[in-house]
Amino acid sequence: MSVPAPTRSGASAAPSLPRLLVGLAGGGRSAGLDAHLERYGAHGASHVRADLIGLLEESGLTGRGGAAFPVAVKMAAVASRSGRRVVVVNGAEGEPASGKDRALLRRLPHLVIDGAVLAASAVGAREVIVATGSGGQVEQAALAHAIGEREGRRLDGPVRTFAVAVPNSFVAGEETALVRFLNGGPAKPTFTPPRPFERGVGGAPTLVQNAETLANVALIARFGAGWFRSLGTEDEPGSVLVSLTGAVGRAGVYEVELGTTFEALLRQAEGATGPLQALLVGGFFGSWLEARTALSLRLLDADLAPYGAALGARAVVALPEGACGVVETARVAGYLARESAGQCGPCVHGLAAVARALGRLARRERDDRRGDLLRWLDLVRGRGACRHPDGAARFVASALDVFADEFSLHARGRCSGAGRLVLPVPKRQEAAA
Amino acid sequence: MKSERLRVNPIACEAHGLCAELLPERITLDEWGYPIVDPAPLSRELHREARRAVASCPTLALLLEQAASRRAA
Repeated sequence: MSVPAPTRSGASAAPSLPRLLVGLAGGGRSAGLDAHLERYGAHGASHVRADLIGLLEESGLTGRGGAAFPVAVKMAAVASRSGRRVVVVNGAEGEPASGKDRALLRRLPHLVIDGAVLAASAVGAREVIVATGSGGQVEQAALAHAIGEREGRRLDGPVRTFAVAVPNSFVAGEETALVRFLNGGPAKPTFTPPRPFERGVGGAPTLVQNAETLANVALIARFGAGWFRSLGTEDEPGSVLVSLTGAVGRAGVYEVELGTTFEALLRQAEGATGPLQALLVGGFFGSWLEARTALSLRLLDADLAPYGAALGARAVVALPEGACGVVETARVAGYLARESAGQCGPCVHGLAAVARALGRLARRERDDRRGDLLRWLDLVRGRGACRHPDGAARFVASALDVFADEFSLHARGRCSGAGRLVLPVPKRQEAAA
Repeated sequence: MKSERLRVNPIACEAHGLCAELLPERITLDEWGYPIVDPAPLSRELHREARRAVASCPTLALLLEQAASRRAA
């Protein structure tokens, strides 16, 4: 996923917007250490490190990987433990509609590592592990180069940084799956507790934070909590990266202030390419919203909650008229069923049943199992070791609601779509179905 | 005795179904044979049966937890 050049170039002092992506003004290459230091200054004055957790609490920064958990709370939980501790940068980004962490790691590896090293100092860790998807050779090369530059200049004191490639599966980025893989196991979730902050890599208390989250940590350490809060709302402060795809002029990763409307977000991407019927908000674990409703909403969980939706990891897909919501939903449901880790019965059997029923509806086989579908969705929620079944259920439930008319058409053997496929469902998995 | 509740480790569960036979008051099976557990705290009267169900699970997938277990980060 490309990153369109920011429209405003960054000042040498605290940048307004773009904040995270300001370092991209120089073009498509990875920012080297000199350019990075020139733009942002050295990371973490010692007085900031001393109370980074307090600073982050004041800032209100929440995890940018999708769950929006308060960063300071998670860090304090690891800091309160004794002995060896570890920081893991989660850049696995298994969500097919998301490209923001890859973009950050490719282009601004030093900003992400800065945040991770600062977090390591704050929680008492000396090891930072940066995890990226195994298909991401560009990110891995950028990381290897950045780590080498930092080691060459002994920039990070006692903290050492390692890069690890993790399998490209949808669930590999779930934090217990990530830790299990780093411990030599399969990249599949574990039963909790213990959570990684209690027992993680090598048994040590482990802070797992998303790459975008740590890039924000690096900026907050430099510019302060007040600066961070100067964008966004009281409850949802700051800026976020949005991966925007589908029927827009220029798909890509955009940085916007929390509270921006979806309409303004689309304008940054040169607008919709035609009339839209729906937006998918929150990626494959997200919710469909009717376009006319969604466009006037702001990118805030407070605005989305009444519709049962949430920003999640902020992957947004614009679905045009002419595409079929039933077909798109069946494609994703099939993918999510195949991407189940295969460990928990209700997820394995439930998602398979849901995917089969949706597949028959998508193929207009006049087999209307919507009653069964609703029952199955209820049966899978909360019954896995991780939230995979819950995310899949949320996605399908929103489709049954938003595309109710199209589902009825399909149940009668018809379809109003023109055969255009929009959602970025990975091809290899789709072909294997 | 502190109030406790039942929980299933869904990774360990292999749908043997003994728990639902031993504690039908709190556990039913879904259409694939996996237990659906009522998460409400157990009453005193059910404690003995609950312990028996926990001990009988062939894969040790049924657990008794403190009802007021803290929320993890």
